[in-house]
Amino acid sequence: MSSPDVPTRGPARSGPYVITGILLTLAIVVPLFVPAYSVDEPRWVGMPFFYWYQMMWIPITSALVGVSYWLVIKEDRRRRESVRGLTSPGEER
Amino acid sequence: MSGMALPLAAPDRPVNVVALTIVIFLFVLVAVLGFVAARWRRGEETGLHSLDEWGLGGRGFGTWVTWFLLGGDLYTAYTFVAVPAAMWATGAVTGFFAVPYTIVLYPIVFLLMSRLWSVSHRHGFVTPADFIGGRYGSRSLTLAVAITGIVATMPYIALQLVGIKAVLTVLGLGSSENVLLTDLPLIIAFVVLAAYTYTSGLRAPALIAVVKDLLIYLAVIVAVIYLPIKFGGWDPIFNSAEAKLGATNPATGKPTGVFIPGAASYSAYWTLALGSALALFMYPHSITGVLATKSRNTIRKNAAVLPLYSLMLGLLALLGYAAIFAGTVPVDLNGAINPQLVVPQLFLDQFPAWFAGIALAAIAIGALVPAAIMSIAAANLFTRNIYVDLIRPDATPRQEAHVSKIASLVVKFGALVFVIAMDQSAAINMQLLGGIWILQTFPAIVAGLYTRWFHRWALFGGWAAGITYGTIAAYNVVNPVTKAHFGGSIAAIPGTDTQVYIAVTAFAINLIVAAGLSLLFHAMKLPDGEDITRNSDYGADENDPKVAQIEREHPLGESGASTF
Repeated sequence: MSSPDVPTRGPARSGPYVITGILLTLAIVVPLFVPAYSVDEPRWVGMPFFYWYQMMWIPITSALVGVSYWLVIKEDRRRRESVRGLTSPGEER
Repeated sequence: MSGMALPLAAPDRPVNVVALTIVIFLFVLVAVLGFVAARWRRGEETGLHSLDEWGLGGRGFGTWVTWFLLGGDLYTAYTFVAVPAAMWATGAVTGFFAVPYTIVLYPIVFLLMSRLWSVSHRHGFVTPADFIGGRYGSRSLTLAVAITGIVATMPYIALQLVGIKAVLTVLGLGSSENVLLTDLPLIIAFVVLAAYTYTSGLRAPALIAVVKDLLIYLAVIVAVIYLPIKFGGWDPIFNSAEAKLGATNPATGKPTGVFIPGAASYSAYWTLALGSALALFMYPHSITGVLATKSRNTIRKNAAVLPLYSLMLGLLALLGYAAIFAGTVPVDLNGAINPQLVVPQLFLDQFPAWFAGIALAAIAIGALVPAAIMSIAAANLFTRNIYVDLIRPDATPRQEAHVSKIASLVVKFGALVFVIAMDQSAAINMQLLGGIWILQTFPAIVAGLYTRWFHRWALFGGWAAGITYGTIAAYNVVNPVTKAHFGGSIAAIPGTDTQVYIAVTAFAINLIVAAGLSLLFHAMKLPDGEDITRNSDYGADENDPKVAQIEREHPLGESGASTF
């Protein structure tokens, strides 16, 4: 390409990404581990465990993704400020 | 309970006037909204005369609009009809896997989609195949991804029509004798849909999705509170489901369905969920929804709030069991049992006509939103990756938008013919295949977001291998009752007894072939294609300039001498 490759973000700190990775892996692996929940008892308001346990994971996943969002956004903002502050002070496009 | 009053051999139902009036009223309201949408947040200079405006709604949807748009796009009318239908007919493995599917979907979306947004924002990509073209510089791979997308989307649109048809049937429209009259309401609905999609583009489904989602939330919340109270709690509902699914099916000698999966079904259950989740955001209509968002992180924020729809889908799935307890009898026009009618019939049997009308309208309108987005996405693929790439490389944005509008009409007309002229099961079989095929574009698209290690021809080889295996394996699944091919989406991994979702096996074959051939092609030093993207593109946000803008401001020679 003929145009300059101006970095859009500064270097990453690994911390937030590692934590995010762990949270998201949990949110993918645990709901797919069928042997853990493929049982009838205990029932909750008449629903077998198999059904209410999986439904319960919907808000849990939502929360895990929400926390990941917060972590990643914070780090993202820091990385962006670090390059934009360097290249063009006061001239934000 | 009430279902037994309906004699099985009475295909001509009475028309439910109150419910029908409400459905028609809401349909007209939505059609007006669809046309008004053309003026909503309109780009001042260009109007709707570019793909960014017509096909991506101006690339400016924020968190709220995106939530409604993607909710309406991903949780389609067919989902609302088919998931409880599967629960009603065969239980958890074929039906309730939709819950883990739509759970694990969102971490995956969170990981992948903002990178795709960033690179597409920088380069003005409109379709997934645009990205493949820019990343790998391979025309054959681009074309493979584009055609897979179009072919997988077509039956999906057709299935939305099946959803509308289910609603019209239980409302009493149509008879077994007069085929044209039966399909007339469907044709009218689709012509209106085609007209406002043509004039308003992606803005129409975005605006309609708001109405549709509010209606469907209302219908589902009322139903899951009211029905268990009426039936004496969830206990008897689950007990009757357990009894029905555990009973022996006389045709096969096996249990009718699965209430709680046993050890033999574990692998089928989780591979169905995972494979479907990986595939969903490879569909062009999902990517259209992502690229229409305003910023890199809009889709991530949505990944945290979209699961509310999954909760609704889970509750709706349980209505399939409620219908078992209620004794709902879904009789089609020809007098046969059609599980697809079970939820519309349940609402009509158990609720006052006006409320049933709202619920049925929600399902019918729920078909219009994804059908519009899917036809726009397929039309964009045709325009960008077939028309422009192969026929008219110098097309202006205005010409692109024009071709895309026409293509969206053709696509919808094709889907209509599909549903009217062919058997419904043809659309369902094709949709099953479409899910297997679309997952085969995953390695090229997703690996491309992170690495150029895979060779372009190796990815093409992997795609071809995955498609071939998937198609053959799906053909070989024979329905135990009807002896028809394409009887399901589960097959044993070759050489083992482990039953898994065919798409996942095909995906594994795809990856192995792509990796093996990449090693081979690198060793042979076969040329890599030109990659117009750079690392910085994958992290760009809405404040970073687009590539076109950078090139205007830093005019360097065509030679590629990037000494800045």
